[in-house]
Amino acid sequence: MGKSLISGFSGGVQVAKAEDGNDAGYLLLSPTLAVMALTLAAPLALLFLYSLTRTTGPVLEGGATLAQYAEVLGREGYRALFWRSLDISAVVTLATVALAYPMAYFVAFHAGRRKFLWLIALTIPFWTSYLLRVFAWKIILGYGGVINSALISIGLISAPLEFLLYNPFSVVVTLTHAWAAFAILPIYVSLEKIDRSLLEAATDLGDGPLRRFLRITLPLSMPGVIGAALLVFVPTTGDYVTPTLVGGPQGAMIANIISVQFDRVGNWPLGAALALASMAVVGVLAMLFVAAARAAAKAAR
Amino acid sequence: MSFLSVTRVIKRFGDVEAVKAVDLEVPRGAFFALLGPSGCGKTTLLRMIAGFEQPDDGVIAIDGVAMNGVPAHQRPTNMVFQSYAIFPHLNVFDNVAYGLRRDGLGKDALRARVEAMLATVRLEGMGARRADQLSGGQRQRVALARALVKQPKILLLDEPLGALDKRLREQMQVELRALQKSLGITFLLVTHDQEEALSMADHIAVMNGGRILQIASPRDLYERPNCREVADFIGEINFFHASVKEIAGDNVTCNAGLLGIVPVPRRAFGFAIAAGDHVLLALRPERITLSGGTVAGEIAAASFLGERSHYHARIAGRSEPVFVASSGPAPQGPVMLGWNPADVIALPFVE
Repeated sequence: MGKSLISGFSGGVQVAKAEDGNDAGYLLLSPTLAVMALTLAAPLALLFLYSLTRTTGPVLEGGATLAQYAEVLGREGYRALFWRSLDISAVVTLATVALAYPMAYFVAFHAGRRKFLWLIALTIPFWTSYLLRVFAWKIILGYGGVINSALISIGLISAPLEFLLYNPFSVVVTLTHAWAAFAILPIYVSLEKIDRSLLEAATDLGDGPLRRFLRITLPLSMPGVIGAALLVFVPTTGDYVTPTLVGGPQGAMIANIISVQFDRVGNWPLGAALALASMAVVGVLAMLFVAAARAAAKAAR
Repeated sequence: MSFLSVTRVIKRFGDVEAVKAVDLEVPRGAFFALLGPSGCGKTTLLRMIAGFEQPDDGVIAIDGVAMNGVPAHQRPTNMVFQSYAIFPHLNVFDNVAYGLRRDGLGKDALRARVEAMLATVRLEGMGARRADQLSGGQRQRVALARALVKQPKILLLDEPLGALDKRLREQMQVELRALQKSLGITFLLVTHDQEEALSMADHIAVMNGGRILQIASPRDLYERPNCREVADFIGEINFFHASVKEIAGDNVTCNAGLLGIVPVPRRAFGFAIAAGDHVLLALRPERITLSGGTVAGEIAAASFLGERSHYHARIAGRSEPVFVASSGPAPQGPVMLGWNPADVIALPFVE
């Protein structure tokens, strides 16, 4: 009996300790939690409420309805817009990661003592606003833009190239540039963390540079690649500024139609339903992506 | 020609000459150790043999083939890294199989090779373990198996036991030695731990300041060091300044100040001498007796270590104590230090 008393007592002590730890953890988190609740959870709840109403306004006249969601799923145009957004985002993600990897690799392995300088340099484009960077691409790709006027003046073309601007291509180019640093940094961190003796061990065991990269460097940097892909894919799917400025009618994305619903059309319930539907799709895709990447990493062994 | 031959190899890092015109001959099947304090150039030399560094001058040849210009991944060497460098994303089996994947072995042959090697390093049945589930000793065995399974001409070991605790280290010393004897592969060990080198290697090269000071068997290194640095680096030793008084055939007498006139066999001098030359005489602590000798002293400090005791004996007129190791009964009162003339180590005196 005495034994059980003691063990019960010590168990109690442990539980109390664990709770203390949790309390301290929540206490530390509380400012963040408060901000999150206020700026994320509350607006989301409100959005959800809107999506169930029939008319614009915070009142549920005649009870909740799923009519908006039926509209979102039922209209061919919305589905096409969803597909285009995901399509553009997927291409942007692929292009960004593919271009960011060599940059990150260079900084991690070959920048030597100038690493810090390179990292700063990579963030320089972010010293100006997003809007300005998108406008810059408009100037580069436009009718009278840098590329077209240069090509005309050296006589390679006689009329401006039209495929440069106001289509999915220009959206991809602009977004890829705009999100480059978000891909470079996580990949750089994961490359930087790789123990250099692992690379020497691979060489010692007979791997040339390419095989060593494929068998050691790439698999060990996959966490950074996955992080970079998510960091680019998730926000670009819902991007609004770039398609608005350089997308034209063919380059419009789902965020544009959402903004139109809230703004010009004034159909808040439909806008809310579109926003939540797009969020759900991106969420599911992101989870699938992570699961697939994990499975691929396992299979690669 | 020896199996591994290093000829006039020089390596510079900026203005610093890390390896200075080193010559080294390692016979086939030897367990060879490069011993020296950190920064003596031993690891740089090892990395040049592995191909991770290129010598600025000189030739490294393995089994008669010059290695200049041969990249690391094509050399017949494999290395056990100081950090072990176990691939964290692979399990034990895949770590060991890593270097065999491109050798065109069938699936079954590969599995058999890896399983056999795991058994050799006593990791049977551990193939599925992840790298982060291994203890320090197991990581060491994986690193060893991964290198040995490639059947290298030379296995390079970079401070392989440094990260293990004392007990495990001693056990691994015995195992490594036995493994080397049974496999017959040439082992080249780099270490700063003299005990490790003395207990495992057949031949030891003592390095300091980018040079090799002496190459000898462990016993010769201990009993016949060729300079003050080697004598000082290997084990404990007492130095006495002396001058050559007389050379008569095989017998030399030296005037060793406080020790008086000391007879030394001619063969103890591995270098040319003439009467009047300044030399350094040295005695190992366990070669000095505390009674029956000719030099009076007293015990300043004593420490009991079980099978033997260490004493610091003071001699009038000498500032540093004489270090004596003895397994006999503890002395009472003043002592008379003595030694056998054959145990005197004679070294050249360098200003």
